[in-house]
Amino acid sequence: MFENVDWAEIGRATIDTMLMLGGSLVLTVILGVPLGVLLYLSGKGRLAANPVLNAVLSLIVNILRSVPFIILLIVMLPVTVLLVGTSLGVAGAIPPLVVGAAPFYARLVETALREVDKGVVEATQAMGGSTLQIVTRALLPEAMPGIIAGATVTAIALVSYTAMAGVVGAGGLGDLAIRFGYQRFQTDVMAVTVVLLLILVQILQMIGDRLVAKVSHR
Amino acid sequence: MIRLEGVTRRYRSAAGERTALDAVDLTIGRGEVFGVVGRSGAGKSTLIRAINRLETPDAGRIFVDDQEITALKPAELRAARRRIGMIFQHFNLLNAKTIEDNVAFPLRLEGRPEAEVKARTAELLAQLGLAEHAKKHPAQLSGGQKQRVGIARALACGPSVLLCDEATSALDPETTEDILTLLDGLNRDLGLTIVLITHQMEVVRRVCDRVAVLKDGRIVEQGATADVFLHPQHAVTRAMLAEGEEAFDASVVPAGARLAKLTFRGSSTYEPELSRVARSVGVDYSILSGRISRIRGEPYGQLVVAFTGGDAEAAMSQLTARGVTVEAA
Repeated sequence: MFENVDWAEIGRATIDTMLMLGGSLVLTVILGVPLGVLLYLSGKGRLAANPVLNAVLSLIVNILRSVPFIILLIVMLPVTVLLVGTSLGVAGAIPPLVVGAAPFYARLVETALREVDKGVVEATQAMGGSTLQIVTRALLPEAMPGIIAGATVTAIALVSYTAMAGVVGAGGLGDLAIRFGYQRFQTDVMAVTVVLLLILVQILQMIGDRLVAKVSHR
Repeated sequence: MIRLEGVTRRYRSAAGERTALDAVDLTIGRGEVFGVVGRSGAGKSTLIRAINRLETPDAGRIFVDDQEITALKPAELRAARRRIGMIFQHFNLLNAKTIEDNVAFPLRLEGRPEAEVKARTAELLAQLGLAEHAKKHPAQLSGGQKQRVGIARALACGPSVLLCDEATSALDPETTEDILTLLDGLNRDLGLTIVLITHQMEVVRRVCDRVAVLKDGRIVEQGATADVFLHPQHAVTRAMLAEGEEAFDASVVPAGARLAKLTFRGSSTYEPELSRVARSVGVDYSILSGRISRIRGEPYGQLVVAFTGGDAEAAMSQLTARGVTVEAA
């Protein structure tokens, strides 16, 4: 059993996957939250309703979300080289991962914001809150459980994206599974990587659920 | 204190245009408790939201404390809103914040120094009997307690006006009474001007000095609460007041009887005027319906009686002479 498994290689691949995941998740949140806020605010009947901006943002988000990730990986190659100087390794994987995940996460943020009772927005306005204060002091804190739950879902989606990114030379556990497990029929390598990915997903879900419970006061 | 001049608000939708407020003129005096009643869709909500410009009118002008709210720039409007407290039917507290932080919220939005925020918040929590709940979240409180938090929050910046948007409509009768007593006290002790909209006539009867009745975006009747409630002129007012009251059964009216609606007000409510008059004129009466209660603390009695077997006309003129209002019923 496990005669094909090079544990050092597995270790390196695990670290690569974690780096890709961590880096892309942080950037996805940094881009996705403001984008989600803009989608929400520019929506019909909202604080900064702007049909044109909303339509444009919505179109961009929908286009990016409708492109299969495997295609996005290839299309993004020149942009990635421009941004980080390489399309290989962890650094090369992060731009396509972020471009694939941020629009998805932005929609989840928008949904979480929509679920905030509009009475809370109205009350904050009535207290003399500015639009910026309403967003940062009322909307985002109130939507925090949904925003964190959305980040959890996105993180788990990113785990499977990192596996696909392996195909274009990103490294990581997915790459190992494909090169050794699939192409060389080394079932034991495949099994080990899948189990590790499963553990990773479980841990992410657990952390996400704990954080949601911590910020949820309904 | 608060003045509305020709305030009009229209809503446009695919279904067409609807006028929520139709050239409304209204003046509310300093220190008054003013009620606005009407059926749902009459425009009450739009009216109260226009006062702090949560709804911007399409036409007309609104003044609060001699400041023209409708002419303010965004930053000025935000400053003006801090002087106008507002409470809501569903409280609209921030679920993610503790009670303490909810009350401190408007002070922090205004950017007051943290020491002042802490002191003022503690004072408000104590004043409203919420001190023991300071560290809890809104979900852990009852409806009445949540509305108390809403009131504490609305008072935080020291407003001169409190707007109450159906503030007791989601509460049970006992809690409603509790909140009304509180509002009444704030009006008396702080001289706070209170504008409340409601569909509950009991709320108006209990706390309002004056009342306006709204129908299809127009004020159809207004005046001192006792005058409007005891002698309603408009059909909508009559209908709203009649709800929940038992109308008398016409078949019980004795043959040849003369019906009259008698209204006693003030201390005469408790005097045996009807009995005295009946004895002196030699007329009999039966009481078909009636209510003895108070409007904003002033006692009143209103009875529908049927006079029989004597000179009803003489009885009615004697009652009028004794300060009882006599109307045909």
